[in-house]
Amino acid sequence: MTTLPETTDRKLGLVIDLDTCVGCHACVVACKGWNTEAYGAPLSDQDPYGAEPSGTFLNRVHSYEVQPEDGAAQLVHFPKSCLHCEDAPCVTVCPTGASYKRAEDGIVLVDESACIGCGLCAWACPYGAREMDAAEGVMKKCTLCVDRIYNENLPEQDRVPACVRTCPAGARHFGDLGDPESDVSRLVAARGGMDLMPEQGTRPVNKYLPPRPRDKLDQMEQSAPRLDPVIEEPGGFLGWLDRALEKL
Amino acid sequence: MHPAPSVIAFTTLSGIGFGLLAWLGLGLPPVTGGTAFAFFTIAYLLAAGGLVASTFHLGHPERALLAFTQWRTSWLSREAWASVAALLVMAVCGAGAVFFDTRIPALGWIGSALCMLTVWATSMIYAQLATVPRWNTPLTPVLFLSLAAAGGALLAGQPDFALVLLPLSGVVQVVWWVRGDRALADSRTDMASATGLGGTGRVRAFEPPHTSPNYLMREMVFRIGRKHALKLRALALLLGYVLPCLLLLIPFSHVFAALAVGSHLGGVAASRWLFFAEAEHVVGLYYGKS
Repeated sequence: MTTLPETTDRKLGLVIDLDTCVGCHACVVACKGWNTEAYGAPLSDQDPYGAEPSGTFLNRVHSYEVQPEDGAAQLVHFPKSCLHCEDAPCVTVCPTGASYKRAEDGIVLVDESACIGCGLCAWACPYGAREMDAAEGVMKKCTLCVDRIYNENLPEQDRVPACVRTCPAGARHFGDLGDPESDVSRLVAARGGMDLMPEQGTRPVNKYLPPRPRDKLDQMEQSAPRLDPVIEEPGGFLGWLDRALEKL
Repeated sequence: MHPAPSVIAFTTLSGIGFGLLAWLGLGLPPVTGGTAFAFFTIAYLLAAGGLVASTFHLGHPERALLAFTQWRTSWLSREAWASVAALLVMAVCGAGAVFFDTRIPALGWIGSALCMLTVWATSMIYAQLATVPRWNTPLTPVLFLSLAAAGGALLAGQPDFALVLLPLSGVVQVVWWVRGDRALADSRTDMASATGLGGTGRVRAFEPPHTSPNYLMREMVFRIGRKHALKLRALALLLGYVLPCLLLLIPFSHVFAALAVGSHLGGVAASRWLFFAEAEHVVGLYYGKS
């Protein structure tokens, strides 16, 4: 059903630490690796070894440069996947009921056997979280590794999304954001976790932790004395050239 | 947004097709017999042909019947119901007019209302999307409905109505364009809100996630053709609205009427191409584009 649940028992989601992410793309690879052989259709690639490789990804890492008013520019690596919104616009637009949000844990999923591949849900998502698989003609999206997190065949430490399990920097956290006492909720409270595009009214479950403020090292001032010109007036050949050019 | 030819053909043809059916439902013109057969055939070819064209862009058209299930929340599903209801009711009206020389006015009015409901549902598929600020306005349904009514009047041979509705829809079109040009800026969504990094400083896209374009960029970050937008707008206005009006003002002939319809269709198709090609999806902001 494409009617959104009034409330969900739990709000499972991710907390992504933009301060810690090093932009290694390990989560992208782990996500593709797990999800191409697990839930639903594989994540196909087109022309993977050619000049224009392209493929379906449920998680992509952007990089942004942030230039403060004063101080050095910062580079922020920005992993982006489905935010499992409470008011998920991708679900309500679906004409077939293929898209749904689970009442028990809030995960937004696609029943691929009911998807007609109209692409409207991808249009409705402001975050670019949904991608139509070019080979399969159905919509693919992050499942929060629903086939890992409840999977009792896996060792307990592996029952988290593949992206979280693989992150070497510890920049990704998984948990119940509906429980204010959970580790992820306390992390969000402590670090001022934020919503992406809050004005779109989607109420994302996933939160992003902003980069911590950088030290204000005024590098110019520190290094400037050492870079003072040794001689004001150049002599020798360069001095002659300078004076000759001056006269022209 | 990527201007998929199938969707442009669908919205253009079915829009004018349902417009024509709506006029036929009202009994304008009050045709029966062979003439009615000709009118209804054209209307059904356009309306149903457009619907068929729209299934060409589906990944799995064989599951299209499932699209009738989610009318409680989905405008696409509501459009499916409205279009089938309109086509069925108008088929009864058409059969009455063609084979029994009878018109049932009440049924015709219901059919007309259902035709307009279909066009409205189509327009709401676009107007509901907060992610495309250019579309996200009540003016979008007004544009689609006025165009369907005007084009339908033109095709139904109702010059008096067409000469009022064509300029009217032309004005709506211009207002829609002018509003659209500042829609993204007015939407409060920008790179700062998209990344949440605006508090630290000015945000610039440094590196995209992959070295070549992906589905999102091909589908929603369409850039080609915007430089010719102004020329295309002028062409759409001229062909879609001005020329048909001029052709209606000179003494009637079937050649000029056909020219007026052809010109109108060309103009609407150009305007529909711009409707998609100019529309900025907010996901483009993550790619440093708008």
